[in-house]
Amino acid sequence: MTTAAPAAALESAARRALDAVRDPELDEPITDLGFVAALEVSGRGEVLAELRLPTYFCAPNFAYLMVADAHDALRAVPGVAGVRVRLLDHFASEEINAGVAAGGDFTGAFPGLAEGDLADLRRTFRRKAHTACQERVARQLLRGGAAHEALVALTLGAVRGRVPEADLERLRRRRADLGLPDGPDAALLLDDDGRPVPLEGLPARLRFARTTRISIEGNSGWCRGLLGTRYGGEPGVPGEQGAPGRSGAPTEPEEQGAPSGRGRGEEPR
Amino acid sequence: MYEKNGERYFIVDGHIHYWDGTPANQANRYGEGFINCFYDYHRNLSPDEVKWDLEHFQKQSEADIIRDLFEEGYVDKAIFQPTYLTDFFVNGFNTTEQDGALAEKHPDRFIVNGSWDPRDGENGLEALERLAERWQLKGVKLYTAEWKGDSKGWKLSDPWSYRYLEKCQELGIRNVHVHKGPTIYPLNRDAFDVADVDDVASAFPELNFIVEHVGLPRLEDFCWIATQEPNVYGGLAVALPFIHTRPRYFAQIIGELLYWLNDDRILFASDYAIWTPKWLVESFVDFQIPEDMQGEYGTLSTDVKRKILGLNAARLYGIEVPEGMGVTVPQQREAGPAVGAERNEAVLR
Repeated sequence: MTTAAPAAALESAARRALDAVRDPELDEPITDLGFVAALEVSGRGEVLAELRLPTYFCAPNFAYLMVADAHDALRAVPGVAGVRVRLLDHFASEEINAGVAAGGDFTGAFPGLAEGDLADLRRTFRRKAHTACQERVARQLLRGGAAHEALVALTLGAVRGRVPEADLERLRRRRADLGLPDGPDAALLLDDDGRPVPLEGLPARLRFARTTRISIEGNSGWCRGLLGTRYGGEPGVPGEQGAPGRSGAPTEPEEQGAPSGRGRGEEPR
Repeated sequence: MYEKNGERYFIVDGHIHYWDGTPANQANRYGEGFINCFYDYHRNLSPDEVKWDLEHFQKQSEADIIRDLFEEGYVDKAIFQPTYLTDFFVNGFNTTEQDGALAEKHPDRFIVNGSWDPRDGENGLEALERLAERWQLKGVKLYTAEWKGDSKGWKLSDPWSYRYLEKCQELGIRNVHVHKGPTIYPLNRDAFDVADVDDVASAFPELNFIVEHVGLPRLEDFCWIATQEPNVYGGLAVALPFIHTRPRYFAQIIGELLYWLNDDRILFASDYAIWTPKWLVESFVDFQIPEDMQGEYGTLSTDVKRKILGLNAARLYGIEVPEGMGVTVPQQREAGPAVGAERNEAVLR
């Protein structure tokens, strides 16, 4: 990359910046999801990003968060002189694009239709993402023979090497998003408020967390499918038809379509 | 009726439409966006051999419906769920009157549900009375995400909504089907939040609340409330077609539903004309939880399939089930105590 032209280097940096922007509900990068329709960098360092979503009526609040987050992420890239993010083919494109371009908040973009900003909504879905990530790690430990008693005593550091690094890293990032302890000495299982999960509540918590994870993973698959139907191609849809034995893990049905096992590099751009 | 391997199934399609999504009826770009969105659902989840072109998808004839549902689709009784959308479509997308006109020509085949909107205030209450009398309503379909002028939605827990639910109770309308959509007021909240269903299910224990699409995309929130409220049901429209494209995901959904609710509270629906019932019924009867997932979810018995495909809806709507088409166990139980209620308590601790 060091030999690339400045614009190409900037584009690559811009792409990496967008990798950090997630769909708040699906908990996956908008780049992986195929939501970035175009990314252009002019010779003067001005960036234009175009986003697209699976349906015309995708929830406007989530759409706004993604457009605003993309805008902020691109602005933070060193060398970027100007940023324009456009949401395409959405019933509220105009309001959202204008609102984000003006640097306003969601309420300002939809006068009379919203109360307050989107912080609470974002927090709700960050909690769900944390719950799902935690369950994903706990499930693998349980399958490896760990008892519930052991699980509630584990720290993040103690789990290293016992579950895929990507899953653990993801859990740590979700912790950080929520402002919860994410160092090696932090307990592996924390509730939404950062309190250690007691042993007696653990089975029920994990059971409900599983439903949450299935819901998020299912939505992700649905959105990927719809985006493919709408725009052609099937961005990142894991092939499920030949499911048995897929990826050599027949005892892990939940892994079908699970985002954790998939490297970002595999995605078609 | 559907018959396979000597087993017979009584089929109630709990969620069908008779809509007009043609360009002539589209009032604006929102109407066009709405039908195109449905069409993408259709194209994404239907097997290739039953995919339609857009023109056919926009409007079906009477003959199409009779054929798709009853002649080819095995359906014994179909329940119309209107979706007015008068801000998007000139004559409304799918009104009670449109449905009723067809139902009157085929009285043995259809059940007509009505609808109401709390934003219509006092006048709407009177209109509901007339609608109930005209069509002998046993159910209503509510679309909380419907636009109405400046308002982009409402909540079941709004004060006027309580007035309408009281009216339903008074009129003997027991089945309240609720569809959640993406543009409910206020926009900055979770548009699909099912918490308002929780509120009204507690307040109106004599009414049945059928959450269409089993709360998707908030399956977990739906399961949470359904576990605590024995009068909350799940309609499988939209969830069922995953059986074709993503069978393992479908197994997870049905497995979760059976765990958190039970087999008495899940209802089959095609969401016609988004999907046609023929392949859905065939696929569901043939479906089994994949072997490697049975440790977690168990298996689906023939009786469980019978209940989901028709007997549960028959119970809610008082539809007579022909001799020999019930379950093989001695008695169908009423929707019993919520199976997972104690689990919720445990999680909350």
